Amino acid sequence: MTTLHATDTETMVRVCHVDQLTPELGVAALVGETQVALFLLSDGSVHAVQNLDPFSGASVISRGITGSKGDIPTIASPIYKQVFSLLTGECLSTMDKEPKNGASPNLATYRITSDNGQVYINLAGGE
Amino acid sequence: MSATSNTTSPKQIVVVGGGMVAHRFTEAMRARDTAGEFAVTVLAEEPRRPYDRVALTSYFTGRHPEDLELGDRDLWDHPLVTLHRDARVVEIDRELRTVTDKHGKTYPYDHLVMATGSYAWTPPTEGADLPGVFVYRTIDDVAALRIYVEERAKEEGRPVRGAVIGGGLLGLEAAGALQELGATSTVIQFNDRLMNLQVDEGGGAALGRLVENLGVTVKVNTATQSIKPNKTGRVGHLVFANGGEQLADVVVFATGVRPRDELGREAGLHIGERGGIVVDDTCLTSDASVSAIGEVACIQGACIGLIAPGNTMAEIAVDRLLGGSSEFPGADTAAKLKLLGVDVASFGDAHGTTPGALELVYADPVAGVYKKLVLTDDARTLLGGVLVGDASSYASLRPMVGSELGGDPAGWLLPEGAIERPNVELPDAANVCSCNNVSAGTIRGAVTDHECTDIASVKACTKAGTSCGSCLPLVKKIVGTELEKAGIEISNALCEHFEFSRAQLFDAIQVSELRTFSEIIERFGKGRGCDVCKPTIGSVLASLHNEHVLAEDRAALQDTNDRVMANMQKDGTYSVVPRVPGGEILPEHLILIGQVAKDYGLYTKITGGQRLDLFGARLEQLPEIWQRLVDAGMESGQAYGKSLRTVKSCVGSTWCRFGVQDSTTMAIALELRYRGLRSPHKLKMGVSGCARECAEARGKDVGIIATDNGWNVYVGGNGGFTPVHAQLLVEDVDDDMVFKVIDRYLMFYIRTADRLQRTAPWQQDYEGGLDAIREIVVNDSLGICADLDAHMERHVDTYEDEWAAVLRDPERLRQFSSFINAPETPDPTLAYMPERGQRRPATDEERENSPVLIASPTLEIRS
Ligand code: SRM
Ligand SMILES: Cc1cc2nc3c(=O)[nH]c(=O)nc-3n(C[C@H](O)[C@H](O)[C@H](O)COP(=O)(O)OP(=O)(O)OC[C@H]3O[C@@H](n4cnc5c(N)ncnc54)[C@H](O)[C@@H]3O)c2cc1C
Ligand code: SF4
Ligand code: FES
Repeated sequence: MTTLHATDTETMVRVCHVDQLTPELGVAALVGETQVALFLLSDGSVHAVQNLDPFSGASVISRGITGSKGDIPTIASPIYKQVFSLLTGECLSTMDKEPKNGASPNLATYRITSDNGQVYINLAGGE
Repeated sequence: MSATSNTTSPKQIVVVGGGMVAHRFTEAMRARDTAGEFAVTVLAEEPRRPYDRVALTSYFTGRHPEDLELGDRDLWDHPLVTLHRDARVVEIDRELRTVTDKHGKTYPYDHLVMATGSYAWTPPTEGADLPGVFVYRTIDDVAALRIYVEERAKEEGRPVRGAVIGGGLLGLEAAGALQELGATSTVIQFNDRLMNLQVDEGGGAALGRLVENLGVTVKVNTATQSIKPNKTGRVGHLVFANGGEQLADVVVFATGVRPRDELGREAGLHIGERGGIVVDDTCLTSDASVSAIGEVACIQGACIGLIAPGNTMAEIAVDRLLGGSSEFPGADTAAKLKLLGVDVASFGDAHGTTPGALELVYADPVAGVYKKLVLTDDARTLLGGVLVGDASSYASLRPMVGSELGGDPAGWLLPEGAIERPNVELPDAANVCSCNNVSAGTIRGAVTDHECTDIASVKACTKAGTSCGSCLPLVKKIVGTELEKAGIEISNALCEHFEFSRAQLFDAIQVSELRTFSEIIERFGKGRGCDVCKPTIGSVLASLHNEHVLAEDRAALQDTNDRVMANMQKDGTYSVVPRVPGGEILPEHLILIGQVAKDYGLYTKITGGQRLDLFGARLEQLPEIWQRLVDAGMESGQAYGKSLRTVKSCVGSTWCRFGVQDSTTMAIALELRYRGLRSPHKLKMGVSGCARECAEARGKDVGIIATDNGWNVYVGGNGGFTPVHAQLLVEDVDDDMVFKVIDRYLMFYIRTADRLQRTAPWQQDYEGGLDAIREIVVNDSLGICADLDAHMERHVDTYEDEWAAVLRDPERLRQFSSFINAPETPDPTLAYMPERGQRRPATDEERENSPVLIASPTLEIRS
């Protein structure tokens, strides 16, 4: 997690306190119209990716299982088990499926900042 | 092999065509020409490396062109191999021994190999040149088809109407591809049935019904006269010879192939009556410096449109060049296909043309199954067959063509288990993989002589199973048997994080007494885990300690369903299936379930397991729904979870005039005893009150059937993908003994089975089978029964209603909120449509186009 810089404040939305997160158990957050999946890993890092699962079209990534592939921390979709990098959002295993409606197989990632334990999501930081 | 050394420069072989057979030729040459006697130059018309044409259709299900490439790319970097792509040969000069490509470049040859394959033939039809008409032969063909369909769909804003002319193998593949692209498809067949070349009349009729059930329209006995344009000048509709018409936005011709023999013809090579470059059994043409292989070759009087004989020809051509003496043995035209998800197979003399041949037919029109065996006149030797709808016995039957079946041949036709199938071991000479001509002996040799210890290495070593894949079940079986004989253990590593099998991990966790995932992975594994090992360990911990699935760090280990204790649906909502032990239910409880469904607008359905399923509950609604059930003395139930699902019962002796024992009371007792028990896969049970078996108990993992003297206990039954009937474990036992043997059987299964291995395959694979298991659980041959009993006792004693437990625990309840910063806000992306008075998730199309979508009453109507 990076620390807060004053210039970031306009694009950032506070979503929760870090104490509200359970290690390795994702939660969903609603930032404007966008659903974000938020993960606190056991090494203390926090990651945010899009909650929409490109392969099922359901907003469920926050309810997947975290893990690792080599050194990369990952999240597996609960519906068809595709695996994504929590660092870049890249789809690491498509399970031989195509995303729905021509969507990108990768997840958007969002920048997280923290200030005094408060977790902020910066939607503009995503791609 | 001749003894030329490579001090002289290698002889030049030029291969015209860069298709599947050209690839096999080049690969075989490099594998066998160890002295470097020959250099191979492949001139290919297509702009890519040789690819797997057989798998062309998988291009539509997301595979990329590169994924279809054949073999190892390194082949093309070999110093004695050159591949020129986009280099169609336009002329052969047999005097000078050169060929010239379209760029005007000339290549000298010592030996020429023609491997130009076939082209897709279209009958002369008015309008066949309109935009929107396609054939189905190359990657470029299918890529163009895909783009056209996608663009038309966008323009029209409705599903594209597709028509396939030709109802053979290729036509059905094309119809499947159109469906995959979201188009509707109609197959127009000139003949009186689909796949008339492979299947007989009965098989064709069964196939027609199955294909229509999948939403493909089939028109047989229909000749297409012309294709008419619409007002934009593209394909608009078809006109048939009988005067009928049909709207179509895209047309695919799948009316057969013709050999690409034009070059050979111009060069004066001998051409067959119906086309193709004529070759002898050594694949030589009328010019001894020219061979022809694959679909372009007319061998033994015909061109053969299958890959297996083409590969055989490639091997023969190589063998002959290297001084060998192999000859073409005749083609195996056996084929097994999964067209549109329907199994179709034909092999040997499928049409029963051998004099005196007997035909044995089994047809179940309701299930859409048709099977035929062709046998010699004494009904002993298998000559061929046709299987439609259920081709599971294909892999075993095809290699037995020409051998005696042994036992009652009907055993191969009737549904599994109706008659005992004789257990014949295949002779070494039997051809197991017809695509690549690999015999049972070669596969055994890979294990015994080449030290292959898994399927992947056997495939790489022998090529068996690398083309159509239909022989894989048999290859696996042979490899497994051989490994077992050799006493070799197959790698059972769970995933990249654990080297152990599930059973080993179970022991390790039990012995080490570790209770958290982090300790376990630190001690026995590496990394952070994944969606394979985490749920497995979650399940092992639950089996061992019967603590709450969400206790300690365990929530993060569970699959979604276990994590929220309900089944996730396709849109991310959940289903709730209240427990109804034994299927017996109070009217008050029925009313309550109905009331809950009404209050939350849940789609309601009666399940196949004697329960009521309520679909469409949102994450944040689950605790309220459970509370309603708990308050009325019910609990939710596992329709998720690798644990006991339901115990199905019949009404039994209390009401039924035939019942001999009280099956309902027994079923309730069993469900209450084993509910919540975590296991490698789900568990189902059934209890029938007499031998009429109305509860279908023998289809369950554990089935109990009443006898005059007590109960018969059957184990290892399975529905699902591979149905198996349960086998008798003990006979005529009393209630206590029923519980005792089931306790032990289940505990032993939980300790030793693989991840996601149900009781049926576990029991089959267990060394010594059910007899050995009976020794262990009835006669205590391993001396572990006391331990198994104590373990189950602990489970029964510590059972708690896991849903009620969540309701009592504010910490766990917090996990049931939709958004961490808006816990009550429903997922705004959910959308529903009404159907027969209930709701169902809206389709993508409806989401885009429909004005009004309804959600549950607690969600406002969205537009
Ligand atoms: C609801 C139900 C269909 C129905 O509407 O009737 C159903 C629905 C599902 N079945 Fe089933 N099965 C249902 C009865 C069956 C039966 C029939 C039976 O139990 O009598 C079978 C064949 C018998 C058997 O299991 O041996 C059956 C064979 C399967 C299989 C294949 C198992 C196999 O060994 O091949 C799966 C896949 C799996 O478990 O891995 C499956 C999986 C599923 C899942 C869990 C798939 C999923 O992950 O979403 C479905 C969840 C439904 C839900 O969300 O509630 N379902 N399923 C039935 C629930 C019965 C119940 O009350 O618990
Ligand atoms: C969709 C589909 C599904 C199929 N499914 C099966 C199946 O399940 N089982 C089965 O056994 N078979 C199947 N087949 C048939 C199988 O693909 C062919 O039998 C096999 O590809 C034949 O190999 P080949 O090398 O003889 O011809 P091809 O693979 O057709 O290769 C010939 C190549 O030569 C090139 N060529 C032609 N003329 C020239 C020239 N003058 N100069 C340079 N290059 C030239 C062509 O462009 C082509 O690339 C299927 C075919 C298709 C299209
Ligand atoms: S199994 Fe026997 S006892 Fe049970 S309902 Fe059927 S006939 Fe009656
Ligand atoms: S039979 Fe086709 S790959 Fe073996």
